[in-house]
Amino acid sequence: MMKLKRNIAISENGFLFNPETGDSFLLNPIATEIVNFLREGNDVADVKQLLFDRYEVDVVTLEKNIEDFLEMLQHHELLDR
Amino acid sequence: MKKIKYHIAVTGLNNTDNPGPGIPVIRGLRESKDFDVRIIGLAYENLEPGIYMPDMVDKTYQIPYPSSGMDKLINRIEYIHSKERLDVIIPNFDAELYTFIQAKERLQNIGIHTFLPTMDQFEERQKANLSQYGEKYGVKVPFSKVITHRRDIEQLKDSFEYPLLVKGKFYDAYLAYSAEQVNSFFNRISAKWGMPVIIQEFIRGTEVNVIALGDGLGNTIGAVPMRKQYITDKGKAWGGITIQNEKMLELTRNLIRKTKWQGGMELELIKTNKNEYFLIEINPRIPAWVYLAVAAGQNLPEALVKLAMGMKLQPFSSYEVGKMFIRYSYDLIGDIAQFGSLSVSGEM
Repeated sequence: MMKLKRNIAISENGFLFNPETGDSFLLNPIATEIVNFLREGNDVADVKQLLFDRYEVDVVTLEKNIEDFLEMLQHHELLDR
Repeated sequence: MKKIKYHIAVTGLNNTDNPGPGIPVIRGLRESKDFDVRIIGLAYENLEPGIYMPDMVDKTYQIPYPSSGMDKLINRIEYIHSKERLDVIIPNFDAELYTFIQAKERLQNIGIHTFLPTMDQFEERQKANLSQYGEKYGVKVPFSKVITHRRDIEQLKDSFEYPLLVKGKFYDAYLAYSAEQVNSFFNRISAKWGMPVIIQEFIRGTEVNVIALGDGLGNTIGAVPMRKQYITDKGKAWGGITIQNEKMLELTRNLIRKTKWQGGMELELIKTNKNEYFLIEINPRIPAWVYLAVAAGQNLPEALVKLAMGMKLQPFSSYEVGKMFIRYSYDLIGDIAQFGSLSVSGEM
């Protein structure tokens, strides 16, 4: 299961700080929402469902975008392997 | 209760774009909760900015360059001691450490304490010995070779891939993409810092640093890891942030345990994208970004003075993650009379 690293800090306005590497990132509102869902302990399937319920989006677009975003999180060492 | 007052001499007042650690060390000392200080600045040049900064140095004395010999330097220190009754000296330049380490006993005999690495500790971590050092203490280090002559440059292609780093024995490092570039950097570095010149494998990754203080018995009294956020063209950190990194701390504690390191140190590490850490350099003194550690909760200059005065200390157990420092430049206004006083009498 993909999990956000425990010590990742994120502010309300989408500023994310990785205390392990010192990297910081600015997230847009949807990305902030996804990261917050992950922080709350939701798995990827839950996150997809939550976004699907909340936004007008087709499944294919949603899945592709989420996968891309997760890959980006992985690339920046924000996920536990 | 009245706090005890220590008279502490500090070098490295060059708060320039290649900053010395003197001023941040003094800021830490002045924030000590356990002792008061009278700070004696020791300056090599009349225009070291720290001399002119308000509320930092109580009095400044010029001292001769280490290259003029130990006796000359110690004679000058003895004179300063006769005026100021020094308790501790904190030397902050790599180039002067050799002399101060050598002079440890002479200083001790007249009542001046230092807290420096031993000569063996100092020598074995020299850049030129990094490969053996890594092997001896089980730390990953980049492959490196020492060269003393231009004719060695042609052969480098047998053992290195370009780009590679060309480094001076004390300071300076340049990335070279060809033998021609190595040649030019070799000339520049050897003219400035002398021989040998160090050729080092270039490890791709992020540069991270740890400041640490060893008690000389194998214990790490404090350690704070930092990631540079803004680097000057001289490779100096102009901004940085404390990070939470157990791997870096473990590496530091291990090294201090094995070497029984005494004094302040800075580990320069490269973190690769495979999450490996390569030790590229050990600076055998407190680095110029020490005030970040103070702000994050570890007053290492204060702890160093306590150790120098023979006190036993409990190690720091934590620090604040996400503390940042940003350097800035600022025009101090001085008066020609100050400059004149330092130039004529060597004191101000």
